[in-house]
Amino acid sequence: MSSWFFADAGLVLLVLAIGASTIFARKAFDAAIAFVVYGLLLAIAWVRLSAIDVALTEAAIGGGMTGTLLLGAVARLRSAEPDNIRLGLPVRLATGFCCALVAAGLAGTLLLLPEAIPTLAPAAMENLVHTGLGNPVAGVLFAYRALDTLLEKVVLLLALLGVWSLAPNNAWNGIPGLRLYERPNSTLTFLAQILPPVGIVVGIYMCWVGANAPGGAFQGGTILAAMWLLVIIARLENAPSTGQLWLRIGLVLGPAVFLAAGLAGLVSANGFLAYPPGYAKPFIVTIEFALTISIAVVLAMLAAGPSKQVQQE
Amino acid sequence: MPDATTSGGILLVFAIVFPVAGVLLSLVVGGRQVERIALIILPCNLILASAIFFDLWRSGSQLIYIVGGWQPPLGITLRADGLSAAMMVTTAVVICAVGVFAHADFDTRAQPFETRAPFVFWVLLMAIGCAMNMIFLGGDLFTLYVALELLTFAAVPLVCLDGRAETIQAALRYLLFALLGSILYLAGTALLYGSYATLDIVLLSQRLRVETATLVAAVLMTVGLFAKTALFPLHIWLPPAHAGAPASASAVLSAIVVKGSFFLVVRLWFGVMPGLLGFTGAQLVGGLGAGAIIFGSVVALRQKRLKLLIAYSTVAQIGYLFLMFPLAFDSVSSQLQSSGALTGGMLLAMSHATAKAAMFMAAGLIYAALGHDRIAELGGAARAIPMTVFAFAIGGVCLIGLPPSGGFLAKWLLLDAAIATGQWSWAMVLLVGGLFTAGYVFIVVAGALGSPHEPLKLRVAVPKYQEAAALTLALLSLLLGFVALGPIDVLQVRPGAMMAALR
Amino acid sequence: MSGANLFGICGAALVGLGLYGLITNPEPLRKILAFNLLGTGVFLIFGLISRRAAAAGFPGDPVPQAMVITAIVVAFAATALAVALVLRLLEQTGRATLGADNPVSEIGNP
Repeated sequence: MSSWFFADAGLVLLVLAIGASTIFARKAFDAAIAFVVYGLLLAIAWVRLSAIDVALTEAAIGGGMTGTLLLGAVARLRSAEPDNIRLGLPVRLATGFCCALVAAGLAGTLLLLPEAIPTLAPAAMENLVHTGLGNPVAGVLFAYRALDTLLEKVVLLLALLGVWSLAPNNAWNGIPGLRLYERPNSTLTFLAQILPPVGIVVGIYMCWVGANAPGGAFQGGTILAAMWLLVIIARLENAPSTGQLWLRIGLVLGPAVFLAAGLAGLVSANGFLAYPPGYAKPFIVTIEFALTISIAVVLAMLAAGPSKQVQQE
Repeated sequence: MPDATTSGGILLVFAIVFPVAGVLLSLVVGGRQVERIALIILPCNLILASAIFFDLWRSGSQLIYIVGGWQPPLGITLRADGLSAAMMVTTAVVICAVGVFAHADFDTRAQPFETRAPFVFWVLLMAIGCAMNMIFLGGDLFTLYVALELLTFAAVPLVCLDGRAETIQAALRYLLFALLGSILYLAGTALLYGSYATLDIVLLSQRLRVETATLVAAVLMTVGLFAKTALFPLHIWLPPAHAGAPASASAVLSAIVVKGSFFLVVRLWFGVMPGLLGFTGAQLVGGLGAGAIIFGSVVALRQKRLKLLIAYSTVAQIGYLFLMFPLAFDSVSSQLQSSGALTGGMLLAMSHATAKAAMFMAAGLIYAALGHDRIAELGGAARAIPMTVFAFAIGGVCLIGLPPSGGFLAKWLLLDAAIATGQWSWAMVLLVGGLFTAGYVFIVVAGALGSPHEPLKLRVAVPKYQEAAALTLALLSLLLGFVALGPIDVLQVRPGAMMAALR
Repeated sequence: MSGANLFGICGAALVGLGLYGLITNPEPLRKILAFNLLGTGVFLIFGLISRRAAAAGFPGDPVPQAMVITAIVVAFAATALAVALVLRLLEQTGRATLGADNPVSEIGNP
C-alpha cells in the first residue's frame, strides 16, 4: 500500500462526505455550494485516474457551469414558498436500504471484474497515426466515434431550444434575464475586466493544443463561455437577444462545419465522416475550432436561460 | 467475418443527415420558413425510409454502413434490419401525417415575425424524426444513448409548449424520469464495455458470457428503459405529459416517442442477449405488462376527460408490447426466439402508433370543435364532425384487435405463440385486455353518437385536411393487417438470420 | 486494492446516494442536484474501466474517457433544461414543486 493509496482513500472519503452533504443539507444554498466543491474534488479524482481531458471537462462543465446554474437557481428560489411535504421516515429508510443495496451490488460487480479486462487502448493508439493526432481522446471523439460527437452537438442545440421555448410568448427572441445582482460590486467588475482577455487566450490555446495533448473543443469552449458569462453577469455588456442572426449562426457553425466535413468525406475519402488520408489533422483542427465557437455560444446561452424581456429595438 | 458497407448503406446516412441539416438550417434561416423546411424534410424522410424498406425486402439482407471507415469495435456501424425498416416507415408515415395535421395549429406564417410555439414545434418534430431514425439504425449502445438523449430533449419541450403551469410540472416530471432512465442505461453500458471492450451490438452478441457484470448491466439498462417507456409501475409521468401537450404533440409523443425506448429493449434482449433472460425473467416482464394492461385499462374506464382516457390507454397498450417477452421465450433452448411472438409485438407497436396518433388527433379536433373534451358531454359530436369521430372509432377498432386491423393480426400472432408454448394465462390477459379496450372505446363512441342536451354549436370550423389526416392514419392502422399477405417476412430479416443460414 | 478500484467503489456509492436523493427529496432542484451526483458516480465507474483497461504502457483506455466527456456535456444540458423548467414553474405559480403525486389529476387542455 503506497502512500498514493492513502491519498486516494482520503480523496474518496472527502468526495463522499461532500456528496452526502449535497443530498442531506437542509438548505438548498448549502447544497449548491457543496456541489461546486464536489465538482472540483472530482476533477482531482479524474487526474488520479490519468484522464486529464475528463478532469478538465469535469472542472469546467461539471463543477463550474453546473455550479453557476444551480447557484443562480437557488438564489431565485429563495423567494419561493417552502414546500412542506417530506416523505415519512419509514419510506426514507426503505428507500435508503434499497439504494444501499444497489450501490453495494455495483461495487461488488466492479470488484469482481477480472484483473486484465479487455481493452481498446492498443487499437486506439495504433490507428491514431492515420488521424495525425497526438491525443487519443481527441481521436476517439473526432475520428473513431465522430458520429456520437456530431449528434451530441445537436443534443446541445435542442436543449437550448427547449430552454428558449420557456420564454413567454411576447418575449420570444428577447434578451435573457440573466440578472444575478442588481448592482454588481466592484470586485466582480474588476474581475470581469481583468479575466476575460486572459480567459480568451487560455480558451483558444486549450482548443488548439487539444489535438496533441489534453484539451480540445469542449474544454476551450467552456472557458470562452465562462468569460462571456462573467462579462454579462458583471453588467459590462448586455446579454444578446436570442433572435440575432450572428448568435444563431454561432450556434450552428460548429455542427454545420462538422456535417459538411463529414459529407465531404463521401467524396474525398471512403465514406461519411471519413477523412482523406494525410489531411485528417487539418480537417479535425478546423472542426474543433468551429465547435469551440459553437460550444461557447451554446453553453453561455444555456446558462443565461430563456428570454425575459422584448428586445430593445 | 467483419461487416462491410452494403450498397444501400448510404441511405442510412442520409436518413440521419437530412433531419439534422433541417434542424441546423431552421435555426439560422428563421422562424417563418421553418414550416417550409419541415415540409420538405419530412416527406424526404418518408421516401428514404421506404427506400430502405424496399431494398431490404428485395435483397433479404441487412443494410450496413460503417461510419468513417472505422470497423467496430473501434468505430460505429449503422445497421438496418427488418425491425428497423418497418419501424422507420411507420414513424415516417405518422410524423408526416402529424405534419399535415399541425399546419392549422402551428402555422408559422400567421404572423410577420418568428413566433415561439410554431418555431419550436417544427424544429422539434424534425429532431424527433432524426432521433428515432438514429435509434432504429444505431448499431452501438453508446450511440443509442446519445440518440435516447436527443429524443428526450426533443420530446420534453413539446409537453409544455402551451406554457401552462400544469404542463410545465408534467414536463419536469417527464424529464426527471427520462434522465433517471438514461443514466441507468449508461451505467449498464459502462459495465458491458468493461467486460467486453465493445459496445457494438453484433460483436457483443458474439462475445456475451453469462456472468455477474453482464447480468447487472442488463438489469440496469432494462430498468432504465422501462422508466423511459412508462412500463407499469414506472408509468406515472405519462398521463399528465401526454394529455397536457397540444394535440399534434400528444400524437407524436404517444405514438412515436415511447416506441423509441421500447425498440431499444427489444434490441437489447432479442439482439444482444437472447439467452440471458431466463424463464423467470420473461415471466416477470410479462407480469409487468399484464399489470400495465389491467391498471391502464381500469383507470382509463374511469376517466372523465378524453385526452386522459387516451393517455391511460397508452399505458395499457405499452403493457401489451411487453407480453411478447414470455411468449417469445423458448424453454427448450432457453432463449428468446425471433419468431411469431416478436413479429406480433412489433406489428402491435406499429398499429398502436398509427391508431393512437389518429385518436389523439381526433381528440384534439373534438376539443377545438366543442370547446371541451368531457366524455359525458360529447353528444352530437358524431353528427357535427363525423369524419373525426369515425377516425377515432376506427383507431379504437385497431386497438381492440378486430379484423382486418394490424392489431388483430398482431394479437393473433401473440395468441398463436401463447397456445404453442402452452402459456394460457397470457392468452387470457390478451383477451381480457381486448374487452377492456372495447369498453373504453365504446364509452367514447357511444357518447359521441348520442344526441346532445341542447343543439350543438361548433366553436370553430374544423379544417377538412386535419380530419383527413386523422382518418388516413386510422384507416392505415385498419389495413395494416393485410401486411400478412406480403411484406411481413421483412420483419424476419435479422443479423442472426444470416448466421443461422450459414450454419 | 489499487487506487482506481477505490474510485470505482466511490462511484458506486455516489450512485446509491444520488438515487436516494432523486427519489426521496421532494424539491425539484434537489432532485436535479441528486441526478448530477448520480451521473458523476456513473462517470467514475467509466473512469475505473478506463484505468483498468490500460494495457501495457498506456495510462488508460481513451474510449471510455471520450464517452464520459460526451456524457458530462449532455448532463449539463439536461441540468440547464431542468433548471429552466423549475424557474419557469416558480414564475408561474410562486412555488417550485412537482405538485400532487396523484396521477389522476385534472389537467386542462387548450
